[in-house]
Amino acid sequence: MTTQMFGAPIRRKEDPRLVTGGGRYLDDLGHDALAAAFVRSPHAHARIVDIDASEAIEVEGVVGIYVHEDLPGRVGEPLPLLIPHPTLTHGRTGYALAKDEVNHVGEPIVMVVATDRYIAEDACQRIRVTYDTLPVVVGIEAARSGELLVHDDVPDNVAAHMLQEVGDVDAAMAAAPHTLTLDLDIERSACMPMEGKGVYARWDRDRDELRMYSSTQTSTGVRAAVAAKLGLPLAKVECIAPDVGGGFGVKIVHPWPEEVLVPWAAILLGRPVKWAEDRREHFISAAHERGQLQQVTVGFDDEGHLLALDVKLWHDNGAYTPYGIIVPIITSTQLLGPYKPGTYRCEFWSLYTNTVLVTPYRGAGRPQGCFAMERTMDAIADELGLDRAEVRSRNFILPAEMPWDHGLLFQDGRPLKYDSGDFPASLAKLKQLVGWDDFADYRRQAEAEGRKVGLGIGCYVEGTGVGPYEGGHIQIETSGRVNVSTGLTSQGQGHETVFAQIVAQELGVRMEDVFVTTGDTRKMAYAVGTFASRAAVMSGSAIALAARNVRAKALRIAADALEVSPEDLEIVEGTVRVKGAPATSMSLGTVSVLSNPLRYAFDEAAQAATQFAGTFDPDKPPVADDEEPGLEGKDFYSPTQATFANGMHAAIVETDPVTAEIRILRYCVIHDCGTMINPMIVEGQVHGGVAQGVGGALYERMAYDESGQLLNASFMDFLMPYASEVPTIEADHLETPSPLNPLGIKGAGEAGCIPVSAVIASAIEDAEGFPITRMPISPYDLWELRRRHADGEIPSLHRLSRTSSKEPTA
Amino acid sequence: MTDTTSETLHDVTVSVNGVRHSATVPARRLLSDFLRHDLELTGTHVGCEHGVCGACTVLVDGAPMRSCLMFAVTAQDHAITTVEGLCSAPDARVAPTGESMNPVQQAFAECHGLQCGFCTPGFLTTVTAYLDENPSPTSEQAREAISGNLCRCTGYQNIVKSVLRAAEIRAERAGSDVTTEEQA
Amino acid sequence: MKPAPFEHQAPLTVEQAVSVLTEVGYDGKVLAGGQSLIPILNMRLASPGHLVDINRVAGLDTVEVTPDSVRVGALVRHAGLERSESAYAVLPLLRQALVNVAHPAIRNRGTTVGSIAHADAAGEMPAILALTDGVVEVAGPAGSREIAWSDFFLGALETSLAAEELAVAVRFGRFPDGTGTAFTEAARRHGDYAMAGVGVAVTLADGVVSAARASFVSVTDVPSVLDLAPALGGVEPGTSAWDSALDDAAEAVRGHVEPEGDIHASADYRRMLVTELTRRVLPQAADRAGASDD
Repeated sequence: MTTQMFGAPIRRKEDPRLVTGGGRYLDDLGHDALAAAFVRSPHAHARIVDIDASEAIEVEGVVGIYVHEDLPGRVGEPLPLLIPHPTLTHGRTGYALAKDEVNHVGEPIVMVVATDRYIAEDACQRIRVTYDTLPVVVGIEAARSGELLVHDDVPDNVAAHMLQEVGDVDAAMAAAPHTLTLDLDIERSACMPMEGKGVYARWDRDRDELRMYSSTQTSTGVRAAVAAKLGLPLAKVECIAPDVGGGFGVKIVHPWPEEVLVPWAAILLGRPVKWAEDRREHFISAAHERGQLQQVTVGFDDEGHLLALDVKLWHDNGAYTPYGIIVPIITSTQLLGPYKPGTYRCEFWSLYTNTVLVTPYRGAGRPQGCFAMERTMDAIADELGLDRAEVRSRNFILPAEMPWDHGLLFQDGRPLKYDSGDFPASLAKLKQLVGWDDFADYRRQAEAEGRKVGLGIGCYVEGTGVGPYEGGHIQIETSGRVNVSTGLTSQGQGHETVFAQIVAQELGVRMEDVFVTTGDTRKMAYAVGTFASRAAVMSGSAIALAARNVRAKALRIAADALEVSPEDLEIVEGTVRVKGAPATSMSLGTVSVLSNPLRYAFDEAAQAATQFAGTFDPDKPPVADDEEPGLEGKDFYSPTQATFANGMHAAIVETDPVTAEIRILRYCVIHDCGTMINPMIVEGQVHGGVAQGVGGALYERMAYDESGQLLNASFMDFLMPYASEVPTIEADHLETPSPLNPLGIKGAGEAGCIPVSAVIASAIEDAEGFPITRMPISPYDLWELRRRHADGEIPSLHRLSRTSSKEPTA
Repeated sequence: MTDTTSETLHDVTVSVNGVRHSATVPARRLLSDFLRHDLELTGTHVGCEHGVCGACTVLVDGAPMRSCLMFAVTAQDHAITTVEGLCSAPDARVAPTGESMNPVQQAFAECHGLQCGFCTPGFLTTVTAYLDENPSPTSEQAREAISGNLCRCTGYQNIVKSVLRAAEIRAERAGSDVTTEEQA
Repeated sequence: MKPAPFEHQAPLTVEQAVSVLTEVGYDGKVLAGGQSLIPILNMRLASPGHLVDINRVAGLDTVEVTPDSVRVGALVRHAGLERSESAYAVLPLLRQALVNVAHPAIRNRGTTVGSIAHADAAGEMPAILALTDGVVEVAGPAGSREIAWSDFFLGALETSLAAEELAVAVRFGRFPDGTGTAFTEAARRHGDYAMAGVGVAVTLADGVVSAARASFVSVTDVPSVLDLAPALGGVEPGTSAWDSALDDAAEAVRGHVEPEGDIHASADYRRMLVTELTRRVLPQAADRAGASDD
């Protein structure tokens, strides 16, 4: 039998290449290309009065300088609004180059193309833009007040207003024995992949074809967008995502201005052009996420059961909405986590501000939703004097209640219906791992040593693997080499490995014979993209289905040649053989030769195949009506709905009694993403997600001043954690298979970061004894809160008046 | 403001991975760009161009330094080692098996010490130099050794593991029985 | 983020360097390690017409221990000084502080003299020069001169070094026998510029404090030294009087520093922080003094 590949911690196929300098990222390509650089707005809100490029034109090496007026036809029209929604009544998008007005610092105004980036930047420095500055809207409060407007024609700065309600919330709230209201605040962070965005385009004059490369999460999307913008037939545009140095969401947005402008310039100039985003550009002209104000009102009974949950969200969408309102929709639906809310109403306002636009960042609205729900759970526990884990478990949706339909519409417009999950089992595992029941003793011990420690918890459910579809194509060459392609792209998730594992398992071939291509529109024209933790579920399932097709075809052909029934055959390590009589066999390479009636003996496999040539029926065509030449298979996977993964985290933190410095002593994760294809890779995804969550909880924020300048647009001041800031993560897994797809898998990419802010807030609150309602939190923030608590501005937790240091138990 | 005419060009000769390379470049050419675009050794990556992320770290006369914070002209006559030069294979790009990688490269591949791989070359050069001086670090020391490089994918845990594993591989290859402490 | 064009000057001697600096005047910047300068150039926050690259100047790369100082040449990298056993033997404060300077890869390139000439209030080594009562050796068109630390630092990123002058070395003063030193700082991330930092030197004679001083990082606009003898003088470490003397010292620090707030921490927080750090670090220095006093 073939060694079990599926489910094993197989080493990655990518790595020998990547650790020896063999990766090929966007800026590693096109050494002969011209370089683009941009003049970007230094103002958050202004009218463009004049652009004077006369000095810049003189710079030796400058090839072209372009402003909005230079852009023909659709290139000069607003960028598309990718995901419209009925409630997005005032969607607005920018232009590839700003037309008349700029709405955030960093918005592109002029593109310079020159012989290299140094010279392009020299020219940018010499371009004089005259502005009339306009009043600036920064921060959710300012946007919500509606006193000043980002867009003149958008009243109250409201891009979208959406309300979903399940049950009669008002009645349930009125009847609830207890109610609480929480006001919560989460600040902006950003994906911040180590490689910025980038585009490289070549125009082939001889064939009238555009070949472009983009550091994107969707090459098919970019291709279609660019073809439409430039008025080219789709057949004349190819887009390839080369190695991509991280995405985390920001590279799913498309087309970015540069993805339109760089190919346009390459065609115009008839020369290859490249733009590699630098770090400052990434800070001020890519995208951010997370910023929300939240108000939660909850009604519950004496046992802590939820009766009514009424949530209001004010979401900062930045200056434009090219990616629609996916983020607040996800917050408003995924907020519910593993719980039954009784009745639920969520109303949100998505608001414009004069800041960088907001599009999904790993977790995509879920961290905010989890924060709201989990802060609420802790508040209920404190109010009733109950154990925090116990309150959660009393509200869990139970395994027997699956599938569970919340009665809401999810981000994909389909019902929010959980397919599977065992929340009580997850919680039990987590409590065991972190030592939940022993923590009171630990705290007493620590207090005796003058240390402040706290224990926090957070639970979430993550809709993963949303549709509409992905495809897989598999072709076996006469050498036995198995070529696999899928259209979505890779940014480090190990797709070359996990998809090869699926194929090795399904087909019965060796890992080393499988070669996976992702994100190349030449290989697979129909694809959606890598986001929403969907790659393994969608492409993995599609590839499994394709592999099953190929296997069936291989068995059919081999059975014919070996004169046995297909049912009697098996495929082991690339050889088709008769079960129980392995000497009667042929390699898949030979089957590949047989699959093609054109059988020149170019190689040994073809020569070997001649012995199976046999007789043919002169009345039948060489390729039967229902057949195709070649040992190939293709299939698409398109689910009716998302599959829901879940997880629970707990952390122990210590806060310095004087300096308020915060240290994570332990971080524990229980993660359930269904059946795991490669546990090593799943664990790596969890580690990375938690680290980003720690960044968002304790270090990262976007510090805008009131004029809309981003004060920390560098790695010096935007505090992405180093190894010294990330705790060791203790992770364990539960595998509750999804009933929805052929492999039982659920997405795993984003999960790690979702509950971290909630967990850390819970732990700090537990250490300090007063509510934590705003994240991220720095030592300075905590020190300020302590001062305000001491001054009586912030109340103590109830538990302090009941018991000194013991976690109350139910 | 400088004038718009051509800049003064400098002939720069640097030994990279044991091979002498020359190119004619302006004084402002960053060493990172010189390696990547003039010599087309693109294994060294550029993540921030202000010296914080460490993706561009190369060894200058054996010591890790940020190639985005050096000019090519200043590197004249110095010996540079990039990620392409860490392994013994004649062509790094096709090094298929563990043996042709250096212990650090092999350990990163074994321990899932990388995901997107963009920051990885900077970690590999840093750790290679570190282990030359500290052949058997503890888990804590390994974590400290990598604390000047940013990675957005891995959460660092498997990088720490890789450092410890690399120390083991070094010892194994040296035929020594020195072992490092278990990964925490 | 690419630097603007500049002319590269590569003098081979101090005399040539001074001559080039004299020629280019304020349009020139000295390039030694470049770890503070090149980020600024890459962001085009500065675009000098000339960089006077002293990396090929002979004779600037030595660490010399003399009876009353540790002399550090302008091309000695932080890492070189950090590893110098002879310097550590007589002035452990240098290594105690240097391990806090950014990250090792930066220390491998950045120079100690360069960071002092850069005069960033958030830099560790300017504070150490002050704490050791150090001196900057300067070469200029009119010959050499020495500038005491207290005359060297004029303001944030501002020194009394003239445009045509080159800082060729600094001398960190050695402490008398019986002195223990310690350095600590608190940064948001390991290796970041500190929110606050403090170096202290405590001298014991006959078991009691005979001298004590402190200097600070990120909480004063120029390096400054606070004499802690009024608080700690005559007190024996570890006694009950010591605890209240530490409180007095902390209060003296609170009154002395003049922090500014920024996005990472308010002025008040930094004041609290440096006060607490001083309180925590003084006993370390006293312990070490005790060990050397025995």
